[in-house]
Amino acid sequence: MTPPSLTCPLQLNDHGRLRHFLSLDGLPRSMLTEILDTADSFLEVGARAVKKVPLMRGMTVCNVFFENSTRTRTTFELAAKRLSADVISLDVTTSSTSKGETLTDTLRTLEAMAADMFVVRHSDSGAAHFIAEHVSPNVAVINGGDGRHAHPTQGMLDMLAIRRHKGDVENLKVAIVGDILHSRVARSNMLALKTLGCPDIRVIAPKTLLPIGIEQYGVNVYTDINEGLKGVDVIIMLRLQRERMQGGLLPSQGEFYRLYGLTEQRLALAHPEAIVLHPGPVNRGVEIDSAVADCDRSVILNQVTYGIAIRMAVLSMTMSGQNEQRALDAEKQESR
Amino acid sequence: MHIQIHGARLIDPASKTDQQADIFIRSGKIIAIGEAPRDFVADHMIDGNGLIAAPGLVDVAASLREPGYSRKGTIASETRAAAAGGITSLCCTPHTKPILDTPAVVELILDKARDEGSTKVFPLGAFSQGLEGEQLAEIFTLHKAGCVAFSNGLVQFKNNRVLRRAMEYAATFDLTVVLKSQDSDLAECGIAHEGPVANFRGLAGIPETAETVALARDLLLVEQSGVRAHFSQITTARGAQLIAKAQARGLPVTADVAMYQLILTDEGLADFSSLYHVQPPIRSYEDRQGLREAVKSGVISAIASHHQPHEDDAKLDPFAATEPGISSIELLLPLALSLVEEGVFDLPTALERLTCGPAKALGLKAGTLAVGTDADIVLFDPKGQTVVGESWQSKGSNCPFMGHVLPGAVRYTILNGRITHKNV
Repeated sequence: MTPPSLTCPLQLNDHGRLRHFLSLDGLPRSMLTEILDTADSFLEVGARAVKKVPLMRGMTVCNVFFENSTRTRTTFELAAKRLSADVISLDVTTSSTSKGETLTDTLRTLEAMAADMFVVRHSDSGAAHFIAEHVSPNVAVINGGDGRHAHPTQGMLDMLAIRRHKGDVENLKVAIVGDILHSRVARSNMLALKTLGCPDIRVIAPKTLLPIGIEQYGVNVYTDINEGLKGVDVIIMLRLQRERMQGGLLPSQGEFYRLYGLTEQRLALAHPEAIVLHPGPVNRGVEIDSAVADCDRSVILNQVTYGIAIRMAVLSMTMSGQNEQRALDAEKQESR
Repeated sequence: MHIQIHGARLIDPASKTDQQADIFIRSGKIIAIGEAPRDFVADHMIDGNGLIAAPGLVDVAASLREPGYSRKGTIASETRAAAAGGITSLCCTPHTKPILDTPAVVELILDKARDEGSTKVFPLGAFSQGLEGEQLAEIFTLHKAGCVAFSNGLVQFKNNRVLRRAMEYAATFDLTVVLKSQDSDLAECGIAHEGPVANFRGLAGIPETAETVALARDLLLVEQSGVRAHFSQITTARGAQLIAKAQARGLPVTADVAMYQLILTDEGLADFSSLYHVQPPIRSYEDRQGLREAVKSGVISAIASHHQPHEDDAKLDPFAATEPGISSIELLLPLALSLVEEGVFDLPTALERLTCGPAKALGLKAGTLAVGTDADIVLFDPKGQTVVGESWQSKGSNCPFMGHVLPGAVRYTILNGRITHKNV
């Protein structure tokens, strides 16, 4: 007797469309492609003089960030505003929870303000799932990053960057370099690349920064960056947190840079037209050389622009899936 | 009260008995088995046809939460739940508030158990003051007050020297220590078994070595000090092997495992359910196999509930922020029967690990149907079934088995010749 496996797709509505956006796990390839296509169309909106579309007019989006963030929060805010939604941003780290309010009480309070959507960031893995399970089912929940688990909009914006600069990942070699163990970005990227059919996903890190069971993502593991970068088309660098020096994971930032930093010489090992991504904020001289971060093959700043488009796509698709489910539920209610 | 249990199949692992026989109870004792004593007139007859009579179960690790945490459970509520699970004797853990490190707390617990309890309660005293691992608790005094053994829970001693001295002191007075081996440095910040499932979900891991490294050290110190040691809640296959090796070289150590650890695996973490958050963690499928083997062979001679009831709010948060623990004491027998049904071990073995096995490990006078002993008996219907949650006694509903249908149903639990649970 084993417990029932809960493969119930929490983030999909009865028609298999998004109603929450929690993780890329379990999402089909067609849906990821749809998100990329929709984001592509929104990129044009961003280039116009008037940058708004009315897709979410009258809807209220609550940014609830239990963990500090500047760019993710700002780009979510911009994305919602460009979709004509009303946006409230709450920095919960400095308000209610420090007064002892529980997470569920905070959320119920926001729910009572008739929010249609929560964008959530939290330091605990699984927080977005928890919130989606425990708020009223009519509120859409978007994961803006939960612990080490997932950062699905970051994963998708990286895929958009790759597609726009290098084409279909089906023909590409992609390397992810750095602190895989603690990185929700790496986990979301590996899932996205696998689902989209990338034939050669490489992860490059010392053993202390590689999680047990990394093979389950279908990746090739390298501990030597000079080996791992050979001939790759895309290099995704990860941010190294300072606290990793404590706890014996690494001796020093200097040694990490000497062994795993992306320098111009190492970039030369990759395909001559390889591009460089980084989720930011960049630690210059820790994981990446300044010259590489600023070179013409770096798409780090483009990623920010793509981030807005991806978040517009995810917000609008999720809202429409949520509205569809609301209509379905209302119908069910009536027929009863 | 003169009770006759008529027509039941009687299984007593302590005496290797398995036969159809009546049980005769007078003044709270078993006075005869088989033939009625000449002057015996039953004033209460229990129909045991189709039922199995076994010694009341003995649980060597349950948190009763009282004193201090009555929102999670009380001695009354949790022993009532235990009786529903077929238990007549249990050891309560020292994690109370105040901590069970003074005779006053021991007396309070024993008084409450006598007045409001539905099982016998044997307290495990704190091995160190305040369970802080720095200064030895007054274990001799606590023993005189009624503590049957001493445990520091998952809290490590400050260093190996203090641990060694604590063991030597306990050995001086022939006291039993209960060790939960987990290296707190290796386990630091971990909330789940370190493996592919936890890593996929981004849950910080507790490596297998957190248990095995500490266990290897503890076994060596036990050997050196000569203390009587029981290893509680082994979670890894390798840990069980270390115990087996120590036993093979003649070290008289015993061990127990949590019942849920024989059933659940870390696959349960897949949907972040906080019901699977326990310490030490639920481990892999391979570990579960190793533990099952060790129970079958007798290396692990006791299965315990490791019951930890919680109020609902304690589990209503993202996984890492919830309190660890599973409430399942009232399922002890049905869960065991589910393992028998699965073919993991046979019924007499299961009953042995739940009765005389644990009683012997901690030197408790319990776990047998011998004539002259207290009439502590469980009567269950092996063909019945238990719908989990249908009648829930524990204050904690933090149970991952909620809604499951388990084989077997406890019909009567009898303590000192008094019925403490009845479901017919």
